[in-house]
Amino acid sequence: MEAAELLTLYEQMALIRRTEKAAHDLFLQGLVKGTTHLAAGHEAIAVGASAALRDDDYVFATYRGHHHALARGATPEECLAELMSRATGLCRAKGGSMHLTKADANMLGSYAIVGAHLPMAVGAAWSARLRGTGQLAVAFFGDGATNIGAFHEALNLAAVWKLPVLFICENNLYMEYTPIASVTAVPRPAADRAPAYGIPGEVVDGNDVVAVREVVARLARRARAGDGPAVLEAETYRHFGHSRTDPATYRPAEEVERWLRHDPLDIARGRLTEAGVPQETVDAADARAQETVRQAVEAAKGAPPPDPGEAFTDVWADGGAAWRT
Amino acid sequence: MADVITYREAVAEGIAREMRRDTAVVCLGEDIGEAGGVFKTTAGLFKEFGPERVWDTPISEQAIVGAAMGAAMTGMRPVAEIMFSDFLACCWDYLANEIPKVRYMTGGQVTVPLVVRTANGGGLGFGAQHSQATENWALTVPGLKIAAPSTPADVVGMMAAAIRSDDPVVFFEHKGLLATKGAPPPPGHVVELGRAAVVREGADVTLVALASMVPVALKAAALLAVDGIDVEVVDLRCLVPLDMATVLASLGRTSRLVVVEENPYQGGWGATVVSVVADEGFGLLDAPVRRVAGECVPLPFADALEEQVIPTVDKVVAAVRSLAAY
Ligand SMILES: Cc1ncc(C[n+]2csc(CCOP(=O)(O)OP(=O)(O)O)c2C)c(N)n1
Repeated sequence: MEAAELLTLYEQMALIRRTEKAAHDLFLQGLVKGTTHLAAGHEAIAVGASAALRDDDYVFATYRGHHHALARGATPEECLAELMSRATGLCRAKGGSMHLTKADANMLGSYAIVGAHLPMAVGAAWSARLRGTGQLAVAFFGDGATNIGAFHEALNLAAVWKLPVLFICENNLYMEYTPIASVTAVPRPAADRAPAYGIPGEVVDGNDVVAVREVVARLARRARAGDGPAVLEAETYRHFGHSRTDPATYRPAEEVERWLRHDPLDIARGRLTEAGVPQETVDAADARAQETVRQAVEAAKGAPPPDPGEAFTDVWADGGAAWRT
Repeated sequence: MADVITYREAVAEGIAREMRRDTAVVCLGEDIGEAGGVFKTTAGLFKEFGPERVWDTPISEQAIVGAAMGAAMTGMRPVAEIMFSDFLACCWDYLANEIPKVRYMTGGQVTVPLVVRTANGGGLGFGAQHSQATENWALTVPGLKIAAPSTPADVVGMMAAAIRSDDPVVFFEHKGLLATKGAPPPPGHVVELGRAAVVREGADVTLVALASMVPVALKAAALLAVDGIDVEVVDLRCLVPLDMATVLASLGRTSRLVVVEENPYQGGWGATVVSVVADEGFGLLDAPVRRVAGECVPLPFADALEEQVIPTVDKVVAAVRSLAAY
């Protein structure tokens, strides 16, 4: 990969990391209600995969989806405003942290029912094929989703219809508070099951943005060529607990340490150094990300709350909510 | 076209008309292709439109409805079949959590123009897991439109409206009506969703019914006419949007109301109808309202037992008589 492209990917990851940190801080200040599922630690998957996709490809994510919204073009300001229930939020304050959606970039939503979006991605891929657009659909999901029926139905349907869809599992070793290994009969919950559906299942270091980009690009080419879906299991780790209230004390200290030493930003920095990019250039990218997020926080804080009337819009396509005549 | 058409044929005809006018309309479901559907409600579609428009699926209710949703979000107008309405429970997440909420929770960014068709209700002796009237399940979820036609012409007209709707529609085809016959719909026939029909005019009592209960109500009305009780029958056709204007207008003429619904009394749509009447039309009433509804038991197998628990002509006649005498 070119050093310039790697630097861009690094800056996107830095922007996500800073946004997640800001979300955490704003929560501690009481400015973010409900819950958040931060993706700090997962940046390389969203950014690496996005870099391998076309702008018009479809992306479906889970409630842990801030990184996917940001990687597909949502701004930190839109995202933080949404978390802070502001009128300027990405979903006009009607979605919240778990439902970040950027439809004009074909990031078609974040879904809080585990596994529910996998069949939707299959449907989007089917639609792309019917319309002959050459678009791909990608579903990002957690390891926990691999034990949900919808995962299995989606894989089979995608395989039997040979659809251009990629199933990308972010295996961070835990489903909420339970280690995935303790409730799953195979060691690689996504990749190991893929062959049972006639689908290739690959494993990648999910903290290495270059590796992710490469494997996604290869699987995407294959899918676009008509060779059908693929499963990619990206190994990663979440830096925070499952959600905002979880201190994650169930994780062994040495496991946490090992993974924090394998930080996606550090790995990318290492590669930038190898590629001869000066330290100051990388620091400048960091500083830009930090400043963007600082301004985003200020702007979101200053944004107004939603008009109360918004509670009664957007149920139906006519914009309203009337259930009777 | 023949001078009569069955309800069953009307389903395929309604879908075919829309598939001819809009290439974005595609069908998916179990056995719907060459086999023409287990109820033969998609007969002829595969032959006319081919495998790129009519897709056989595995037995994967979540994938069927979930994929329909994804396709609807990205430019298609899918018509998904769930063989028996009882199986909606297998993909309930999509009907309760995903399809009806995505527009709202994305702040209006995403539209889901799809139809989920399903064979609903009792009358064919299929037992408790294949005979439920489940329209009241869908009724509990804001964001779904609910259609339940009672005649072949309405099947075609409402299918057109459902497929053209930019909102998700659950389309209940009643198993007990599949063999019934009616006038064929004229070309271009569209019945707007949310428009009830006064299918029999009368001055004494209003009977409000849906789907298979419409012929039951009409039969009861014919019997009551012999006794000089003049019954008006309203076919609701849709539960969402719910045409309360037509119901209230009818009450303005008759001042007495009986609601006939196949689904269980507990949580049934009739409760919503009568509560709106209590709220907004109390002054129109000269008698209490009555609901003739299914009993709160699973549907039994034997006809003689089923008769005990779902509304029959006799039960409707008795309810109307009690009101007329009030
Ligand atoms: C169907 C369903 N069951 C349970 C939950 C509660 N829940 C939310 S997140 C979660 C764990 C998911 O773990 P995983 O899929 O590994 O994703 P991660 O949180 O690691 O990103 C659970 C059980 C849910 N949201 N949906």
